[in-house]
Amino acid sequence: MTADSGWVWMYGVTGGDPEAIADGVAGIGGASPRTITAAGLTAIVGDVADREYSEAALRRNLEDLDWLAQTARAHHAVLEAAAKRGSVVPMRLATLFASDAGVTGTLQDRAEDFRQALSLISARSEWGVKAYAVKPADPAGEAGEPGRPAAGPGAAYLQRRRAQLTASQDARSEALASARTVYAEMSRFAVSSRLYPPQAPDLAGQQTPMVLNAAYLVADERAGEFAAAIKDLAPSHRFVQLTLTGPWPAYSFAGEGDGSGPR
Amino acid sequence: MTEPGYDPAIQGERIALVDLLDRVLAGGVVIVGDITLSIADVDLVRISLRALVSSISGLMETMDDSREHS
Repeated sequence: MTADSGWVWMYGVTGGDPEAIADGVAGIGGASPRTITAAGLTAIVGDVADREYSEAALRRNLEDLDWLAQTARAHHAVLEAAAKRGSVVPMRLATLFASDAGVTGTLQDRAEDFRQALSLISARSEWGVKAYAVKPADPAGEAGEPGRPAAGPGAAYLQRRRAQLTASQDARSEALASARTVYAEMSRFAVSSRLYPPQAPDLAGQQTPMVLNAAYLVADERAGEFAAAIKDLAPSHRFVQLTLTGPWPAYSFAGEGDGSGPR
Repeated sequence: MTEPGYDPAIQGERIALVDLLDRVLAGGVVIVGDITLSIADVDLVRISLRALVSSISGLMETMDDSREHS
């Protein structure tokens, strides 16, 4: 039921049963997702209104962080529901076609790519690992070096200040070293990994700087091991706070040009 | 319970928008649809988001990174 005045939003592609994929989730703009099957693949799509999703409207709407947030969450909700039923290759946000024919054509033209992507992510999920530098404790209390003659107040201040700076530099390099170690250690449990740039502190809602923002593709049977490994690493990396997110649909391992982090 | 230095992912916790934007804007399959956010469009988003959020460099670097692959 593609309306004349609408667009077809493409969420993702599965190889699974088209009947079972999209039930019960409100899609973008409230339209229930439906499926289009071609070349042995199933695209999960939704019908969206021209007034919000035409090229001109998108240009405008994507500038609206609230609209973007809502759209990103709706896109994700459909993919997450689909991922629970089987492997799904996510499309980048705002992949739109004028009609079902465009989706069918894409499934046919890109069938081999989609099949390869599906086989990569089969029985695997994406997990996110982030590390935040922990603010070092104020070393003021231990700044005065024993055995030294008491200096004047100015010198004592400078000495204390130097100690603080050194401590904070040490903490930062420790945090960065931990980030590298954690990234490598966690890679041992993953099929593939990808590094994202650290998120800006304001955006991430954290006071402390992020030093690691990684995504891993992990076999579902090793998910428990993966989570346990982070827990095990935490005590020996006291200058970072580690965060695990997931499981995610395999956003970071479905596109071209990824599939492995920088080496 | 939470141990020092480790935050477990809490079941049912609302996903952080930044984590989601990292993935939906810089991940996923890029195909040429009838409307595709071309590089020019992405530039537009970048500029707009920059204006909205003062410190968005992380996300933007992600998009720069993904553009190299496009």
